Amino acid sequence: MTAGRRVAVLKGGRSLERAVSLRSGAQVQEGLQRLGHEVIALDAGERLVPELLEASPDAAFIAMHGREGEDGTVQGLLEAIGLPYTGSGPAACMRCTDKLLAKYLMREAGIPTPGFHALREASIKELGAAAALAPIEADLGFPLVVKPARGGSALGVKFARSSEELPGAMVGAFSYDSTIVLERYVGGRDLAVSVLDAPAAGERAAALPVVEAVPREEGFYDYESRYEIGMTTFVCPAELPPETTARAQELALDVHELLGCHGVARVDLMLEQGSGELWVLETNVVPGMTETSLLPQAADAAGIGFEELVERILASAWTR
Amino acid sequence: MAGGRQAGMDDRRRTRPAAHELARYEALFAARTRGMKSSAMREMMALTERPDVISLAGGLPDTSTFAPELYAKLMAQVAAESTARALQYGPTEGMAATVDCIVEVMAQEGTLVDPSEVIVTTGGQQVIDLVCKTLIDPGDVIVAEAPTYPGAVPTFSAYQADVEQIEIDGDGMPIDALESTLDRLHEQGRRPKFIYTIPNFQNPGGVTMSLARRRRLVEVARERELLVLEDNPYGLLRYDGEALPTLYSLDAEAAGRGGSSDLVIYLGTFSKILSPGLRLGWAVAPRPVLEKLNLGKQGADLCSSPVTQMFVAAYFSERDAHGGAGWIDYVQRLRDLYRERRDVMFEALAEHFGEHASWTHPQGGLFIWATLDPRIDTTDLLALARKNEGVAFVPGRAAYVDGRSGASSMRLNFAGVPEAEIREGIRRIGRAMREQLGLLGSLTGAGGPTPGQDHAETGGSEGGAPAEQQPSAADGSAHLADVVALPPACPPLRGVPFRVRRDEAPSARRRRDR
Repeated sequence: MTAGRRVAVLKGGRSLERAVSLRSGAQVQEGLQRLGHEVIALDAGERLVPELLEASPDAAFIAMHGREGEDGTVQGLLEAIGLPYTGSGPAACMRCTDKLLAKYLMREAGIPTPGFHALREASIKELGAAAALAPIEADLGFPLVVKPARGGSALGVKFARSSEELPGAMVGAFSYDSTIVLERYVGGRDLAVSVLDAPAAGERAAALPVVEAVPREEGFYDYESRYEIGMTTFVCPAELPPETTARAQELALDVHELLGCHGVARVDLMLEQGSGELWVLETNVVPGMTETSLLPQAADAAGIGFEELVERILASAWTR
Repeated sequence: MAGGRQAGMDDRRRTRPAAHELARYEALFAARTRGMKSSAMREMMALTERPDVISLAGGLPDTSTFAPELYAKLMAQVAAESTARALQYGPTEGMAATVDCIVEVMAQEGTLVDPSEVIVTTGGQQVIDLVCKTLIDPGDVIVAEAPTYPGAVPTFSAYQADVEQIEIDGDGMPIDALESTLDRLHEQGRRPKFIYTIPNFQNPGGVTMSLARRRRLVEVARERELLVLEDNPYGLLRYDGEALPTLYSLDAEAAGRGGSSDLVIYLGTFSKILSPGLRLGWAVAPRPVLEKLNLGKQGADLCSSPVTQMFVAAYFSERDAHGGAGWIDYVQRLRDLYRERRDVMFEALAEHFGEHASWTHPQGGLFIWATLDPRIDTTDLLALARKNEGVAFVPGRAAYVDGRSGASSMRLNFAGVPEAEIREGIRRIGRAMREQLGLLGSLTGAGGPTPGQDHAETGGSEGGAPAEQQPSAADGSAHLADVVALPPACPPLRGVPFRVRRDEAPSARRRRDR
């Protein structure tokens, strides 16, 4: 239906996830070309908007991760120049990228997300927020997770096992964003559910099979392993009781809807050891499209090949 | 391009593997590739390679100091006199004329070598690779310094070596600590394949191994029959003090067999005294090792570039205005330039880091190693400094094989950066550092420096003689990490683990694939 379009693939940018984004973009380009589209590859830099205006494509396929690509910046610009684009709109991007906002919204809507508190850098200097640490520690317990509210790089995610470790962890996380989230640590299995909108507008989105990320070697599952073949084993569909799978998929669809995502999203969850509870951690509006990314794997498990996946995401540019 | 024609191109295109096929690739990859990691830190550093960022992160000499006319003349000379040879393959061990230059460079450091024990390599980096290729089976032990050359870390990892790092102090690697490590390994029935050391102006530590330790290291190696890889890229770039003998020459003396060492593999390079772009380095090694290095090099690249080898030979026959060797004159000019830049960095550090950090006082080489408050992770500081200040450095963790130690330190290059950029770069890093310290002070209720306020403005330092301003790294009494001078407002949290070890940090699993 959309064959033979001119599609600008937006990739790269200046975020800490530039390298991954370039790889996602390259995969998407190949997919689009095989589908018969004309591809204009754009590494998002100082001349992105002039280049887009000059190239005048039919749509923009966003393959930029992290700041600018996922936080609504690029989406807002594309709306300003009247260019259809893939995936979620600016508001949904802002809701998902800001982990704090997403968690507040989920809590209000009754979607389970690990207990948390937020701190702004300015409030520490200007409002004496350091005094709130003791009650926060008492509420969340240790270990606790400290992360920048925005930004997807694992570099900013810190752990504190005790009060003594907390200031260093917080200062580390503040290096990436002026707002940080302190979150209860949930130990258990790492799950991801991708949601893909129906090809036609009006129909409900579908949750893809659950992917479980299993670290190959305990202690080596970190930023690097998420992008390199061989460091992590992905199991898809995850071996879970049917009711757990169904619940995880239902939660993912609820979150997709709650946050107003469009086209595609990937919802990350934890299956808590012991309690068996599912907790939603966060939502990615521009999921990775690299060889090892979870979304293509989940789509594949659902019988949706890479090209069909690319085509369906591309179609979201016109169904907004 | 039209969709219809695209299909024709598709046939020639590598088709993308479906996700379920990925497991097949996984099965094909060698086990050692699991040790080959791109790291988030390295990716972040790649982002600093932009014109608007002042980078103190490079390992660069300043090649703009080489006269363009001379470069043109030498290249023309090689072309005119030796086109066919320059464009042809060369011998694996290197061209004789180039080896003569190497012998000359080493003699300049007081080290006499037999030309037949030299192999020319593609940069010094290839020596590290070939030595590992020759000696390391998966799980074999390498003993290295802590911190060590960041560029050796991925090589060691790729060969699946088990690296034991020995914390260095102002006098280089403490040999008693080395012996304890060797004893411990011996008890486990393990024997290191080699000891890797950079005795002069260590990268990244900037310190130099004392003569006493050099002698003792050679003794230990001889007592225990252990190989030593002596990495000496900067030996001739000494700005102060007396040159010390190489481990190679000390071992040759001890061996007493006509000037050749039998336990030291020496690594040299033209990168820092001439040009890294030539990609020419060398090894001097005991003959049996040399033969294996040669075989390894045949498999790797057959030979190093004859074009650049002939360039070096032509360059070494140049005379200076007084009839002396031109290359020595150039090295002297580099020394003068780098000494000034180093001193500028000392001043800038005193002014902008002041009492919030300590740093080494290298007598040569390219780098200063600075250590901050133990609660600051310089990887995070780099993220902040890159974003807010447009400045880059190498975070200390890059110099540790575990990727976690050295978190509060940083490597700063002074040699390849103009003076104004050194001053500005250090000022910017200092500002980012004080911002973090201020925040830490607020969080711990300890006050702290006022962010954004230059130290000098508070009257704390007048940027005087750098040697008096920072802890002496030359007394050899303290670990590099121990010479951290904490600001009075931020008392050291002794015994407080700052970095969470990865295996104890369960939520390292929290963030995952995009």
